Amino acid sequence: MLRSDRVFGAVVILGALVYIASATQITQPFFADPLGSRTFPIIVGVCAALCGVAMIFSPDEEPEWPTGGALVSLVVATILLVAYAYALRPLGFLLPTAIASGIISYLITPRLVPAALSGVFISLGLFALFRFVLGLSLMGLPRWLTG
Amino acid sequence: MADIVANLNLGFSIALSPYTLMLAVLGCFIGTIVGALPGLGPSNGVAIMIPLTFSLGLDAVEALVLLTAIYYGAMYGGRISSILLNIPGDEPAMMTCLDGYPMAKAGRAGDALVISGVASFVGATLATIGLMLLAPLLANIAYQFGPAEYFALYLLAFCTLGGIASNNQAKAAFASCLGIGIAMIGLDPNSGMPRLTGGSLHLYDGIDFLVAIVGLFAVSEVFFFIEKHGKAGAVGIVLDKVRVPWAAIWSTRWTMARSSVVGFVAGVLPGAGASLGSFLTYVMEKSIAGKDGGFGTGVPKGVAAPEVGNNAAAGGALVPMLTLGVPGSGTTAVLLAVLVTLNITPGPTLFTDRPDVVWGLIASLLIANFVLLAMNVPMVKIFVRVLDVPPAILMPAVTMISFVGIYSLTGSYFDLILVTAFGVLGYVLRKLDIPTVPVILGILLGGKMEKQLRDAMVLSDGDWTYLFSSGISAGLLVAAFLGFIAPMFLRRYLRKPQSITD
Repeated sequence: MLRSDRVFGAVVILGALVYIASATQITQPFFADPLGSRTFPIIVGVCAALCGVAMIFSPDEEPEWPTGGALVSLVVATILLVAYAYALRPLGFLLPTAIASGIISYLITPRLVPAALSGVFISLGLFALFRFVLGLSLMGLPRWLTG
Repeated sequence: MADIVANLNLGFSIALSPYTLMLAVLGCFIGTIVGALPGLGPSNGVAIMIPLTFSLGLDAVEALVLLTAIYYGAMYGGRISSILLNIPGDEPAMMTCLDGYPMAKAGRAGDALVISGVASFVGATLATIGLMLLAPLLANIAYQFGPAEYFALYLLAFCTLGGIASNNQAKAAFASCLGIGIAMIGLDPNSGMPRLTGGSLHLYDGIDFLVAIVGLFAVSEVFFFIEKHGKAGAVGIVLDKVRVPWAAIWSTRWTMARSSVVGFVAGVLPGAGASLGSFLTYVMEKSIAGKDGGFGTGVPKGVAAPEVGNNAAAGGALVPMLTLGVPGSGTTAVLLAVLVTLNITPGPTLFTDRPDVVWGLIASLLIANFVLLAMNVPMVKIFVRVLDVPPAILMPAVTMISFVGIYSLTGSYFDLILVTAFGVLGYVLRKLDIPTVPVILGILLGGKMEKQLRDAMVLSDGDWTYLFSSGISAGLLVAAFLGFIAPMFLRRYLRKPQSITD
């Protein structure tokens, strides 16, 4: 039977093999210590692979994976956070934060107006907190707006 | 003895300076809130606050006082949602649900909060005194530690964490390997050559553990809330009058005394931590009380024992963290990260080189306990309000605070993407019941563990038997082996009691 733990165990083994393979490629310096740069990462990789084998042979009970709407929400949230990371510098703090926290709020409790309001207030509140109370140098608005 | 008095004098002279005192009170306040909020445990709370602490430019003592006050506060606050919502505010508070919630349902919510508040105070205060007495002794022993001993000690921490604190050895061990594996990324400490970076320049400095901590703890929590659509499904119990049930508290005096000792010892064991403390004390008191003790139906002893246990363990966990640089729990791992970032090397030399840090911290913790007692008994109603904050406001705010904290620290969008990646990783790991604390511990200690092993091999010229050459290191290695293997056989007898569902 295909169980999450077995699949994950296989992924772990593959990952560990890739890790070990790249560890063998590490450039050794000319004056190496007895153990060198490669040994310890290889040991760690072997341990991880053994754990993967153990997971394949004795899997635990199947967890409840998200389906349908919940899965879509999670994917949206992940994309949103990555987009936020790229937007923070060019667009300043206020706008991306309001949008991102509004959407996350909506994903948790899908009510449009409260979500939009909490987005706006979280953005303004945190900006005030960071800028004026904690004194961080945050750009509130895009650079091209403030000159 | 005279030493301790002199040191405490120094400590209190630092702790009582207005600014430090203010930070301690602030930390207690934030910590209690963080602990009370379901889903925001102590490690989360401290993790989110770290970047902000650095951007505030606090010095070592101040930062440490603020963050450990949050840590202690969260341990106190965790019981509030356990008792009123039957949802533990953090993992160690799980055991408090078992008797706290039934007691609250029986109309004695106020009593449960006061008893557990006093229990937290007793446990935390005795543990802080224990820390004061034991830490200098352990620091003296730690002087004899060489590379082989430290390597064995790190191994012990990973093994007990995997063995005692988790449900599946293979998964906990994998989590440790993952963390250690991540720690290897970056420049090799001995040769200065890049390793395992996949050629990415972003990774030359390695992966900052703050990024991993915030991602694995805070962001993954947000994902869980999104999945559940905020359906915590809890009907809160309304708290009316709060008065002090003196008789009930007095009836738990021996429970508190015993549980303080057991909890403290559980905390001192590297890698075990507060969850083990509350678990052991609850199980111990339950078996002492026997079948007629009524454990699980809402008895004062059942509320007091786990709270004493987890707070005593929280203090105990600071002992190995300060003296050996090996954290006793997830949150102390996070605190260790703070020390390292502040350029303070924990270990025996900390006690001689920076007594101001150690004793300022201890004195602040003693003061913090009294502040926390005041906040958690007479003023508990204020913090109960916190439970009314809807997750739809709380979680976006937590996400944004985490992101801005990291961004203000590193100023790099790449780190924000890494935070998200660690958030996804943390979500998947937690779904698969793979603990995330060993990953953090691995990232934090992996580099040091390798360095100690390599130094040991340099000393012995590549002879592996050197690792068993001293009594201390051989003993630690045997303990590590047993700590990993023994729970597989004991697990049958030590089942975690399941919390009741309505």
